[in-house]
Amino acid sequence: MSDQPGRAIVEIENISKHFGTGAARVDALRDVDLTVRAGEVVALLGPSGSGKTTLLNIIGCIIDPSAGRLTLDQERVFDDGWLRRDLRRLRLDKIGFIFQFHNLLPFLDAKDNVALVLKMAGKSPAQARQRAIELLDYLEVGHRRDAMPALLSGGEAQRVAIARALANTPRIILADEPTAALDSKRAGIVMDLLRKLAEEQDACIIAVTHDEKIYDRFDTLFHLRDGRLER
Amino acid sequence: MNLAYRDVRHNLFRFVLTCLGLSLLMAVVLAMIGIYNGLVADALNIVKAPKVDLWVVESGTQGPFAEASQIPADTRDAVARLHGVTAAGSITYQTIEAPFRGETLRLYVIGYQPGYPGGPETIAEGRGLERSHFEIIADRKTGLVVGDRLRLGRDRFTVVGLVEDTMNSGGDPAVFITLRDAQQLQTQLAPPAQRVLMARGDGNGPSAQSTVAAVIARLDPGANPDSVAQTVRRWKHLGALTQADQEAILLQSVVDRAKRQIGLFLGILLSVSAVVIALIIYTMTMEKLKQIATLKLIGAPDRTIVGLIVQQSVALGVVGWAFGLILILLIKDGFPRRVVLEPVNAAALGAIVLGVCILASGLGVRAALKVDPATAIGG
Repeated sequence: MSDQPGRAIVEIENISKHFGTGAARVDALRDVDLTVRAGEVVALLGPSGSGKTTLLNIIGCIIDPSAGRLTLDQERVFDDGWLRRDLRRLRLDKIGFIFQFHNLLPFLDAKDNVALVLKMAGKSPAQARQRAIELLDYLEVGHRRDAMPALLSGGEAQRVAIARALANTPRIILADEPTAALDSKRAGIVMDLLRKLAEEQDACIIAVTHDEKIYDRFDTLFHLRDGRLER
Repeated sequence: MNLAYRDVRHNLFRFVLTCLGLSLLMAVVLAMIGIYNGLVADALNIVKAPKVDLWVVESGTQGPFAEASQIPADTRDAVARLHGVTAAGSITYQTIEAPFRGETLRLYVIGYQPGYPGGPETIAEGRGLERSHFEIIADRKTGLVVGDRLRLGRDRFTVVGLVEDTMNSGGDPAVFITLRDAQQLQTQLAPPAQRVLMARGDGNGPSAQSTVAAVIARLDPGANPDSVAQTVRRWKHLGALTQADQEAILLQSVVDRAKRQIGLFLGILLSVSAVVIALIIYTMTMEKLKQIATLKLIGAPDRTIVGLIVQQSVALGVVGWAFGLILILLIKDGFPRRVVLEPVNAAALGAIVLGVCILASGLGVRAALKVDPATAIGG
C-alpha cells in the first residue's frame, strides 16, 4: 500500500446514471463520489446489478453519466455532458483496460496485440514492436512473444493483456475481474504485478472483482449497494 | 500491420473455402457471359465467313438466316454482271442430322461453288474441295477427322478438310459441300417417296438444281453497297441486303430472344452474387463483434474498423473473381457451346464485383460501427 498517496487521477463527483424512464427507470448509480490517486489500487465490490460495471464504464468514458462531473488525470472530461468529443483518443492515451477473459485479438500474436495499441497512438512499426517486446519481457512473458493467443495459457494471456493495457503508459488502468480466470497462485502474481505497475508508472488501478482471496491486495475496497458507493 | 490480412491469414482455410464458393458463382456468371458472346460470335461468324458485301435473297424475305429464301440458281450470273460486283457465288444452307459411328451428328450444311465466294476462308487441316461431288469440309466440333466417311442423304461423303469455329446461331457445327451436292441433298427423296412421286406422273420430282438460298457478292472497294442493293431490287423477284443489314437482322431476329434470356439470367445471377457476398461479409463481421468492441474500447479509430471489414470484403471479391476466371478459362472448352470471353468482360465483372463488395460491406460496417465498446467488458 502506498504510504503517501499521489495526486488525484480519477475524480468522480455526484455521478448518477439511470436507464429507462418513468416506471421502467432504473437508477444504476446515485450521487457517487470517488477519488483515486496515483499509485492506488482500489477494488469495486458488490453483488450483480449493483452498478460496478456501470461505474467502470463511466470512468472508461464508454457510457454517458446522467449527471455529475468526471475528471481524469487533472482534465475535466464530463460536466453534465462530455467536454471532449474524441473519447476513443482519450481512452487510447490515458486508460488501459484489462478484461476477465483477456480479449486479445485472436489473429495477432502476443507481440502484435501489444504493438497494435502503440501503432494506433502514432508510434512507428519498429518503435511499437520494440516497446511491445520490452513490455512482454518486463511481464516475464517475452519468450511467448510470437505465440498466438489460442496457444497461450490463461496466465500468459492475462499478462499479455496487461502488457497491452500498459503499452501507452496510461494513468488509469481499469480491470474487470482480472483474476477470475486464474488460479490463486497466478491471481496473486497478477495482483502483485498491477501494484508494481501502479507504483512505477504513477498510475491508479480500479478493479471490479468478486475474488475474495485477493481483497487483501487492494488499498481500498469500495462497496456498491443499490447504486450507492460505500467505503 | 494490416488487420484484415492478419485476420484472413489466421482463418485462411475458411477464407479460401468461402472464396472457392464465391468463385464457383463467379465462374457461372462468366460462363453465362461467355455463352452469350459465343452465341453472338457463332451467329455472326456464319454471316461474316464468306467476306462479302451483298446478300441477294428472295424478294420480301430477310433470308437466308432469319427466314427461308429461294431464288433461281442462275441469279448468280445476273448479279456477277452488275456494275461494282467483283465476284458472286450461289449458296445454300440447311440443317441435317447424319448418322456416324452409332451417333447422330447435327450439322449445318453450307453448299457453295468452289472458286466462288461462300467457302471457308481458312482450312485448319487437310485441303479444300477439289472434286465436284461427295467431298466435305467439316468444323472440328463435329468430331470428324480428315479421311472419315459419313452418309448425307443417300450418298457417302469423305472428309477432306477441317475448319474451326464455324457454327450457326444454334451451335450446330458447319460442314461445307459443293453447291450441286447441297442442292441434291435438299431435294433428294427417300426411294419409297420417289416411287410414289413417279407413280403420280411426276417422275423427275422437284428440280435439284433450280434454286439456291442466296447469292452473295463482293463489291469493288469504291462501290456503294446500298446503291448496288437498290439496283438488285429492281428485279421484282429479288431482294438485297448489305452485309451490315444481314448482321443486324441476325442479331435482332435470331439472337435477340436468347440474348434477353441470358441477360435476364445474368442479372439474376449478379443479384444472387451480391446477396451472397453481403451475407458472407455480414456474417464475418457479426462473428467479430467482440473483437471490434475490444478494438473500440482500446481506442481504435473507426477507419481501422471500417478498413478491416472493407478490405476483407474486397479481398473476398477479388480472390473469388480471380479463381472464377481461372476456373472458367480452364473448363470453357468443355462446354457444348462455344464460350467466348473477352478481357473487357472479365474486367467489367471485376468492376461490378468490386462495387458489390464495397456496397455489401456497408451492412457489416454499419453493424460494426453500432457495436457498443462496453460489450467487450464483462466476459
